[in-house]
Amino acid sequence: MKPAPFSYMRVKSLEEAFDLLEEYGEDARILSGGQSLMPTLNMRLSAPKILIDINQISGLSDIEIKNDKVRVGSLVRHNHLSSSDIVTKHLPLVSKAVPHIAHHAIRNRGTIGGSIAFADPAAELPAVAKAAGFTFIIKNRNEEREVEAEDFFLGLFETSLKETEILIAIEAPKLQQNEKTAFIELSRRQGDYAIIGVAAQSVVENSVFKDIRLAYFGAGDKPVMAKQAIDLLEGQSYSEEVVSEAQKALEADLNPMDDLNGPPEMKMHLARVITARALADLIS
Amino acid sequence: MEKNVDINVTVNGQLISRRVTARTNLVDFIRYELELTGSHVGCEHGVCGACTIRVNGNIVRGCLMLAAQVDGANVETIEGVSDGGEISDLQDEFLKRNALQCGFCTPGFLLTAQELLSENPNPSRDQIREFISGNYCRCTGYQAIVDAIETVSVKRKPK
Repeated sequence: MKPAPFSYMRVKSLEEAFDLLEEYGEDARILSGGQSLMPTLNMRLSAPKILIDINQISGLSDIEIKNDKVRVGSLVRHNHLSSSDIVTKHLPLVSKAVPHIAHHAIRNRGTIGGSIAFADPAAELPAVAKAAGFTFIIKNRNEEREVEAEDFFLGLFETSLKETEILIAIEAPKLQQNEKTAFIELSRRQGDYAIIGVAAQSVVENSVFKDIRLAYFGAGDKPVMAKQAIDLLEGQSYSEEVVSEAQKALEADLNPMDDLNGPPEMKMHLARVITARALADLIS
Repeated sequence: MEKNVDINVTVNGQLISRRVTARTNLVDFIRYELELTGSHVGCEHGVCGACTIRVNGNIVRGCLMLAAQVDGANVETIEGVSDGGEISDLQDEFLKRNALQCGFCTPGFLLTAQELLSENPNPSRDQIREFISGNYCRCTGYQAIVDAIETVSVKRKPK
């Protein structure tokens, strides 16, 4: 199908974008990489009056080290993430996740900011953001605010971004010594949206988990931190018993939806399987 | 509230100026406005890869970009890339290996394979499969396509 008619504005600065956002409110959509927005337009699942193309705003496409954090501009494309030495060295969870995001041609266009702001519950980066403790830098015309990933995702495609705001950057803490990461995703075809997946990060010392975070995607209406499983694993030494207890705790944490991939029971089974794999990966 | 957008874009080396409606997809612009029909329209939501086009040197989904977005860009379609001889070895090998039957997906596969080989001249079969995972072929079963790309990667190695 073809999109319903809309207007299109290419902006060169954030100020121009704020002008349009304030004028059009909920009738406007920000066009970043467009790799999720365009399908919804083509299938007429959404019909905004105007697209605000922010691709030519300068200063939003850099990856840089800022003290103990890495700052990633919201227009950084997925394939830029995978070719960046800074990301490879300091944000290994991102490096592990990116190859699972759709396909090469889509990764040439899709952006980290777009993926976060779109907040698809089956997408990789929102879960990575939670597991790796990202902070989002959000701007409107007058002020800048910071939101933790934990507080950003509110529900199905719903975030704490307001109509007049733009996500301009992501700040991610550099991986610390003794910190390990694991990323497991199950999908029907390489690059498809996940049936279910997990992004995991933890300090591991002598096989003991410390400050462990397990964020699941494809497991609810937003990326889900498995709080019960995390509480159970925190401070524990890796063993078959501990893994099995964590798997049981997932029942209280996850509420996967029935979808084309299968029923919730199947997804819960798969969640237990990938949890065991992720914990083994963290230890290895 | 439809809007027209003026664009100046280089397509296969030729500078083109046109006025397009804002909602025109890049691949539709190329097919219907420029009558370059080698780029195909399949799923129209980024799944099948039949509309693969190069923009500023990298492959993209032609159905997931607007024509309005390529103002100032360098666009290459299968017509330009094949006429330039850049992928003639890939085309020959696809033919030899029966890596196509109906041919609908082939332009997308060729551009995708060329991007793989330019980034990774020596890919494993698994890496080839991963890279072409964004392109659907309903005729061949993929085996012959992987064979063809693998063979070209070997043939292109400097002796």
